[in-house]
Amino acid sequence: MSKLNLKTEGDTHVVVTRRFAAPPEAVYRAHTDPKLIQKWLLGPEGWTMPVCINDARPGGKFRYEWTNGKGGGFHVTGEFLELEPYGRIAHVERMHLPDPTPDCHVETKFDADGTGTLMTLRMALPDAQTRASMLATGMEHGMEASYVRLEGMI
Amino acid sequence: MSGALNLDAAFSALADPTRRAILARLAKGEATVMELARPFEMTQPAISQHLKVLEDAGLVAGRVDGAKRPRRLAKAGIEAMDQWLAMLRKALEKSYDRLDEVLAGMEQPKITRGEKR
Repeated sequence: MSKLNLKTEGDTHVVVTRRFAAPPEAVYRAHTDPKLIQKWLLGPEGWTMPVCINDARPGGKFRYEWTNGKGGGFHVTGEFLELEPYGRIAHVERMHLPDPTPDCHVETKFDADGTGTLMTLRMALPDAQTRASMLATGMEHGMEASYVRLEGMI
Repeated sequence: MSGALNLDAAFSALADPTRRAILARLAKGEATVMELARPFEMTQPAISQHLKVLEDAGLVAGRVDGAKRPRRLAKAGIEAMDQWLAMLRKALEKSYDRLDEVLAGMEQPKITRGEKR
């Protein structure tokens, strides 16, 4: 059973919800403290984030760089729009693949849920070209299997 | 022919902003060449040329309806979206499982203001 729920909202957004055992303050800190972000925001197995610069205040910039240790890598840059400790973060980000993808607006909410937290992540769906570029990157990132399936869909 | 997603052709097809806009329109439902030409202020032959590129790439398919040939997103193009969502899900699941561990290792923060049950 997956704890993560992911669904599209119309044609334009994707909404992800996930529960955590820790209270909102802790989950919020884990989303804003670079030392903590570096430990978990890593995506597929085998990736690390050697660069994590994060100025968590409205207007502050961030830059995350990932590498797979085999010469593969990409980075994301973004700006914080609004921060409401410990309930909400609104930011805009773009991936560099290496050309920058269009800006993507992301809103992350942390609601107390018993002794834990219900996190809701809402982001704009990337356009078809961006999705294709990201999938191409995903292939380099050790997701060959799903890409082979894509090619086989005839 | 249509139905097969040709990745190289798909990438070059997607490089054109008009063709991306055509795909965005078709994502809302099928449309004829005439219906597609109108908002883009382009001639029907110009739209047809773009549609041919998209069809050759396997992103768009058509059907015959009398004299009309409405186009829609091809299955492979739609499934490419599902693929992207699957990739996102996989990456997030992995990341959030790690976050569970990070949270478990953090000092229990004090109860904060505004925290509601």
